[in-house]
Amino acid sequence: MKRLLKMLPSLLRVGFAENIAYRAEMLIWVLATTMPFVMMVLWRSVAEHFPIVGGMGQTLGPLQMTHYFLAVFVVRQVVSAWAAWEMNFEIRQGTLSMRLLKPLSPLISYAVNGLTGLPLRLVVALPVLLIFFLLGGLRDGAEYRLFFLLPLALLGGWLIVLFAHMSIGSLAVFTGSSIRIMEVWMAAFFVFSGYLFPLDLFPDWLASIGDVLPFRYQLGFPVQLLTLSLRMEDALILLGKQWLWVVALGSLTGLLWRKGVRRFEAFGG
Amino acid sequence: MSGVLRLLGASMWRYFKLLGIQLKASLLLSMQYRADFFIDAVISLFWAATAIAPLWVVYGDKVQGKIPGWSLGEAMLVVGCFVFLQTVLDGAIQPSLQTVVEHIRKGTLDFVLLKPADAQFLVSTARFQPWKASSFLASLVIFAVAFARLGFWPSLGNWAQGALLLLLAVVLLYSLWIWVVSAAFIVVKVDNLTFLLSSVFDIGRWPSSVFRGILRWVFTFVIPTALMTTFPAKALLGVLSWAELGLAVVCTVIFAVVSRWVWLRSIRRYTSASS
Repeated sequence: MKRLLKMLPSLLRVGFAENIAYRAEMLIWVLATTMPFVMMVLWRSVAEHFPIVGGMGQTLGPLQMTHYFLAVFVVRQVVSAWAAWEMNFEIRQGTLSMRLLKPLSPLISYAVNGLTGLPLRLVVALPVLLIFFLLGGLRDGAEYRLFFLLPLALLGGWLIVLFAHMSIGSLAVFTGSSIRIMEVWMAAFFVFSGYLFPLDLFPDWLASIGDVLPFRYQLGFPVQLLTLSLRMEDALILLGKQWLWVVALGSLTGLLWRKGVRRFEAFGG
Repeated sequence: MSGVLRLLGASMWRYFKLLGIQLKASLLLSMQYRADFFIDAVISLFWAATAIAPLWVVYGDKVQGKIPGWSLGEAMLVVGCFVFLQTVLDGAIQPSLQTVVEHIRKGTLDFVLLKPADAQFLVSTARFQPWKASSFLASLVIFAVAFARLGFWPSLGNWAQGALLLLLAVVLLYSLWIWVVSAAFIVVKVDNLTFLLSSVFDIGRWPSSVFRGILRWVFTFVIPTALMTTFPAKALLGVLSWAELGLAVVCTVIFAVVSRWVWLRSIRRYTSASS
């Protein structure tokens, strides 16, 4: 642990420098996250003509829909990872063996790599967050203390995404490639996370399925906190469930990774 | 005159045969990964479901809303066109043009330019991914469900019009991609740019009536997603006016001609990396 803390500053520095080197790619990746805006256009146009009622009985008009999807964009920038693609590539190419030689668990170096991309993504996300607040119209009498839960919820969301990526990435050792599994995960994420519509608008039976899946805790829950559309007691329960998922997926990652490394033979390494 | 025609015919026939050869090469390559067909089919159904899900929620019991001017079945036709075009993009346009970008970066485009056939034709048909065709099935399923909901079947004329407009849409999409690839001659690392353009194409998911004012204009003429998905859906519904049909034809011709011109200019600029 102490060794890790000593290594951490240089790891972060190297990772950040790498991200700066590929800043154009990163910027384009951020700009290519257009889906929240595509959805915003749809939902605004529906909300202009039809009264939509959210989970707390609040009206979701065009302004609230704009709020919601701006929040989705910001949260998506914070809770994203690409460890699964990285791991698939390195396992196939055999370059994972280089990482294994280092006196540091590859899992930690993947995590740090992901973390160092954050500052650049925030360069785009923070102005959007500013617009979010400038638009005003957050509900009167809303529970502003929900903002205090946000850092913990964002961390939890990010860890769920990261562990999911690492678990699926580890599977590549067994199957040769797990990119397709990742695609199925992404499709489910789209539907059940609140990425395409506020989850309150789901039919009840689907909402209860979504409640036990990890996806809404990645994105939908932090978005609900940011848009202040939860009651405090519900928020605390959701936070608890979120961290249960963090622990569960973290353990799964540890298990799959240990089994995977034992099986891994560097091809041509 | 007849000589010119015969010459034209002969060269068409030659390109037709070349297309066959290129297709066969891609097919042989894909045959090595046969199992992928089934996996791709399942995954494309998943993605088609995510394309439909927002509509299903909009028109569902909780919201009971609608996109102004469009019933659920009609809006599903637009999504069907979108899924269809995305398939063409992922299966035929994107893989080929990705190889051009590689060629430019490595300087191996010389070998393509040396061949005794049109370079744009060769690079555009360089690589197909036949297994992506499985998501054509997904778009057919969407069309079938949409028409079942609407409770009618388009007339033969409407089918023809819809098919023509989808064909125009493919040409439009291809022309846009040629522009992006031509940018590769200048900025070299462009694979991200094609990624960006495919996310802009996502806007074609919805009928163009969700846009207001300037945006509607932009998505008709600048990035013509309205022409690509809303117009074919209208044609299938039999509500496309002749003026709109004419607009689609004219726009497509302009885009195609300009993209050919841009390509030729870019080729002239190309200085191979090796010499």
